[in-house]
Amino acid sequence: MNFVTDTDNSIKKRWTKRHLLGLEYLSADEITMILDQAAEFKRLAAQGETKLGLLRGTVVANLFFEPSTRTRTSFGLAAKRLSADIVEFSAAGSSLVKGETFIDTARNIEAMGVDQVVVRHSTPGAPHLLAQNLNTSVLNAGDGTHEHPTQALLDIFTIREHRGTLQGLTVALVGDISHSRVARSNIWGLTKLGARVIVCGPATLIPQHVEKLGVEVATDLDKILPELDCINLLRIQFERQRSGLFPSIAEYAHLFGMNGERLKTAKDDVMILAPGPINRGVEITPDVADGGHSVILDQVTNGLLIRMACLYLLNPKNSP
Amino acid sequence: MTSTRIRGGRVIDPSQGIDTVADLVLQDGKVVSIGTSTAAADVEIDATDMIVCPGLIDMHVSLREPGFEEDETIATGAAAALAGGITSVACMPDTQPVVDNRAAAEFIILQAGRAGLANVFPLGAVTKDCNGEELAEIGQLVEAGVVAFSDATRPLANAEIMRRALEYCGMFNRPIFNHPAVPELVHGGVMHEDYVSTELGLRGMPAAAEDIAVGRDIALAKVTGGRVHLQTISSLGSIDQIRRAKAAGLRVTAEITPHNFTLMDDRLRTFNSNYKVDPPLRTADHLAACIEGLQDGTIDAICSDHQPFAPEKKSRELNLVPFGASGLETLLPISIASLIEPGHLDWPQLIGKLTNGPAKILGIPKGTLATGADADVTIIDPQVEWTIDAAQFRSRGHNTPFDGWKVRGRARTVLVAGVVAYEV
Ligand SMILES: [Zn+2]
Repeated sequence: MNFVTDTDNSIKKRWTKRHLLGLEYLSADEITMILDQAAEFKRLAAQGETKLGLLRGTVVANLFFEPSTRTRTSFGLAAKRLSADIVEFSAAGSSLVKGETFIDTARNIEAMGVDQVVVRHSTPGAPHLLAQNLNTSVLNAGDGTHEHPTQALLDIFTIREHRGTLQGLTVALVGDISHSRVARSNIWGLTKLGARVIVCGPATLIPQHVEKLGVEVATDLDKILPELDCINLLRIQFERQRSGLFPSIAEYAHLFGMNGERLKTAKDDVMILAPGPINRGVEITPDVADGGHSVILDQVTNGLLIRMACLYLLNPKNSP
Repeated sequence: MTSTRIRGGRVIDPSQGIDTVADLVLQDGKVVSIGTSTAAADVEIDATDMIVCPGLIDMHVSLREPGFEEDETIATGAAAALAGGITSVACMPDTQPVVDNRAAAEFIILQAGRAGLANVFPLGAVTKDCNGEELAEIGQLVEAGVVAFSDATRPLANAEIMRRALEYCGMFNRPIFNHPAVPELVHGGVMHEDYVSTELGLRGMPAAAEDIAVGRDIALAKVTGGRVHLQTISSLGSIDQIRRAKAAGLRVTAEITPHNFTLMDDRLRTFNSNYKVDPPLRTADHLAACIEGLQDGTIDAICSDHQPFAPEKKSRELNLVPFGASGLETLLPISIASLIEPGHLDWPQLIGKLTNGPAKILGIPKGTLATGADADVTIIDPQVEWTIDAAQFRSRGHNTPFDGWKVRGRARTVLVAGVVAYEV
């Protein structure tokens, strides 16, 4: 079944970008278009329309040069829901190990007739490199510590779903800002949609001049907590850090971990988000993760819809 | 007995304070006179509207041979030098094997002689294998013809080694060239640490890493009385400290690259690996300090820091790509574009930084048109407009941040030992 509603048509017609490299490069209007498209898919899913034919006859390549089961599965499922064919590629066991360059590998995959490339890579700018060298549409699924646009879009979608708008909300990103691509994408997206953003974490994990991105900086979570409408608890990236950026996990949890006690000082309707996979007991205690303020499972569901929306809008074929 | 007359050019020789329209007469590979000449010569070169100056010297070049011939050879590097108007280069010792012994230095001199293009002056390693731990055979390297010592791109991290190297080299009156950076502060870095690195999520290298290392080297120059040459200076803090050290009479010299006084860190927004250089491209305040340092003489020399790489090494992900640009063929035009055209330096000042300045630091009898000097001459057409095209480089390294730049001025004719070695 090729189910295309009027809303689908109008959004897809207005969409002009070929790549999704980061939220830095999207306007507020474009971000809203993706959110609206995802909302439309959610409405269709609620009606039982879970399998759509919108990308039938197109091929999506999932290029994961860095392991990530969750994001990869989410993109794979999103492509299937739209009836696209999927080529899976991971760096392990690939010719990359034999000295083939990253661009060569991507060109080879493109030569297999791929329409869209979803790329995850540990180096910032790797998707930009592909966009400059390939003819297909490139979708950034996380590039090092730079951006992770679909994660931020699903965070923002989840907030909008609960609160109706981002305008006027105060959102804190808590944790390792320096090494977080989720933080950067969230900052671009949230500020463009009118939210006030505070980044909060140990001073050693807050990068220089971050306030030029339009955010406020805090190092005392308890002090800002009462002002917050949404708290996005970023994962501590143990593997991405140099040692010695904070004294111990216990001290981190003590100062920045979200637990039931701390939550009492927050607003009654505060939303707790986490991009996961979370380190339970570090960024967040189980009672909060599974409690009434947590929207973590909504985020997972919405991730699928956001990725469907991105794949659909960016696919160069099948313009209505 | 071959004589050459270069007629009617603007002869600029900062070593003698000369800037005059005159004929330059060469004979048997040596300079004979600057003035008016009517005697017949075997070779006549018309240099009307041209600048005639001592052959340019690039004191910071990687030629990659032996060991990395896929990136460059002594012959291709020397050919690239001539195409850039450069008649003498000093080459870094971080080849494979490293130039930390007499045989290695002699090999380079031999290969350069075989190529018969630009003059090549090898630098020796300060420490064995450039590993920063044990002094290389400095005395024997001097005997082999090494003019100065450096561990190339590896900063001399251990202050005690640096101190002993300065003392030991003092016996031969040779300078230590150091790449000033505190390794633990730049470790894993890709670009200058500032707003842009934060935005891009690329690991930054703070300017403080350079400032601290420069401060240490100046302190050690003071304590040892040795000669410290600070390679590829790029930060405001470094330039301030060098200025004060010179005023205090310390034996400290400094060099800079064209990309460090021309380009800023925001270029990395393109994620183009040709902007990944070390020291990194910095911000406007640092660039302004660099220009000021060139103007007031704090910075003695301009060098290319020629770092050629085979294309497959530079077309990778940014964190895997090595630092550096192929610079020999853009040294002069980019210096003209960034220093002469905006009026920061005049021609004698610029030529001084490319001839006399590096010659004095290297202690080589080059960079002058004094009577009896080697007849290495560069004739520059200051007006010709052209486009830098990396595909046309003689260097094997086509990795340049300046590909496609429209520039004005280039070397038209280059003579080495009185013989035309290159002509556009
Ligand atoms: Zn960006």
